[in-house]
Amino acid sequence: MPMSELAPTLPPALETGNVLEGELAELIVAALNLEVPAGQIDPAAPLYGEGLGLDSIDILEIALVVSKHYGVQLRADDAADTQIFRSLRHLAAYVAAHRTN
Amino acid sequence: MAAALLAGKVSLLPPSHTPEVLRHLRAFAPEVFCLTDSPECDLDLPQVRFPPASAPQRPWRVPDLAPDTLVAYGFTSGTTGAPLAHPKTWGPLVRCVRAGAERLELAAGTALLATVPAQHMYGFESSVLLPLLSGTALAAERPFYPADIVHALAALPRPRALITTPIHLRALLAAPGLLPAADRIVSATAPLDAPLAREAEARFGAPLIEIYGSTETGQLATRRTALERDWQLWPDITLTCEAGRTWARGGHLEQPTELCDEIEILPESRFHLHGRLADLVNIAGKRSSLAYLTHQLLAIEGVRDGVFFFPRHSPGGETGVTRLAAAVVAPGLDAAGVLAALRRRIDPVFLPRPLLLVDRLPRNSTGKLPQEALRALAEPAPRASA
Repeated sequence: MPMSELAPTLPPALETGNVLEGELAELIVAALNLEVPAGQIDPAAPLYGEGLGLDSIDILEIALVVSKHYGVQLRADDAADTQIFRSLRHLAAYVAAHRTN
Repeated sequence: MAAALLAGKVSLLPPSHTPEVLRHLRAFAPEVFCLTDSPECDLDLPQVRFPPASAPQRPWRVPDLAPDTLVAYGFTSGTTGAPLAHPKTWGPLVRCVRAGAERLELAAGTALLATVPAQHMYGFESSVLLPLLSGTALAAERPFYPADIVHALAALPRPRALITTPIHLRALLAAPGLLPAADRIVSATAPLDAPLAREAEARFGAPLIEIYGSTETGQLATRRTALERDWQLWPDITLTCEAGRTWARGGHLEQPTELCDEIEILPESRFHLHGRLADLVNIAGKRSSLAYLTHQLLAIEGVRDGVFFFPRHSPGGETGVTRLAAAVVAPGLDAAGVLAALRRRIDPVFLPRPLLLVDRLPRNSTGKLPQEALRALAEPAPRASA
């Protein structure tokens, strides 16, 4: 079965997630020195591969940013289960559900 | 790997799995197949699942292999099109890895945790061959996130060693929280600086041994980076400088082999490493050259001119990785189109950041592209709208 068919439905917490999405976009653009302005990142577009075009080194950078700013330690099992890097929206939802600061 | 050895199959160690690399692999070895234990493997190659449903479970005798058995091919990118294949035979591999094992001084029964892929030459030597040949054991996981590495390492019995890279070490040191005690830390793929090595030694409570090697030569030298700058060669290897290039010979090397780094040869089998030769690129242990990447860029339909180069600024982030830049003349294409085409040809770590679309390249009167002129292109110039 292709991965896309395993996509989870987004938790309701996301209704209030737009602020976090914007905050994460800013953090990612700064950490990765991306050229795209944070406001232009499509929250529904894939972060990995096509889309924003990030690779595994970037994902490691994002994991560090997220642990520093929100106290969320990314783990491979969680990342696979919830497809954290499927989009900025998925990442924001995961951080919202697990943040400790 | 062991099954392939006994079945007389040769393992291929491709640097990445882009469609372009797979195309070359199929041309290089028409009977290539992919042996995988992942149900999600989607490589465009014939697939053989492991373990087969009928695999018998019984003890077996460790087999003997003839030293001239062809075991694997490592690949490096040539300066143009096709990757170069480097044949690896069993005898030299064993000799090389045993010399390395003596340097690492791993206690018998040490449990190894590797964060490097087995198809990278370093991962092949230090996470596949090392446990087979040195009485150590490899943990099945290959963790990626710092929290997973910490968890997997803490779960191993002592003595335990972490086989890793500067990128993962930096990420581990930058992550919050305590690091589990270890008995050895091993790093390769890019040189570490001494302060980082000292911090890693302090936080893991273990000596950190750095390994120097390449796909062509295998591993050649080590150093205790926290305490020394010099690299110490394997006992039977000698280096010579010929016409400004460094050659290694002896030991497990079947013929003299040119090294791709700027090296200062010192007495007593020692040397200083001054960095890579000008054209070469090493990002996250993946090697390429500006010439090869430029060749791939120019091969894209619609690209009239283009070049890869090292940008002046290298922010690096927490992992300390420096990215490349590229400038391209491609009137009918946009940046996304060029990137999508490049993504099918080169490993993602080499994708340019930034990719600059220009009307023409800053060629000088002889048609050459001075680095300074290219870097000036990549400077953040004032733009009408950001």
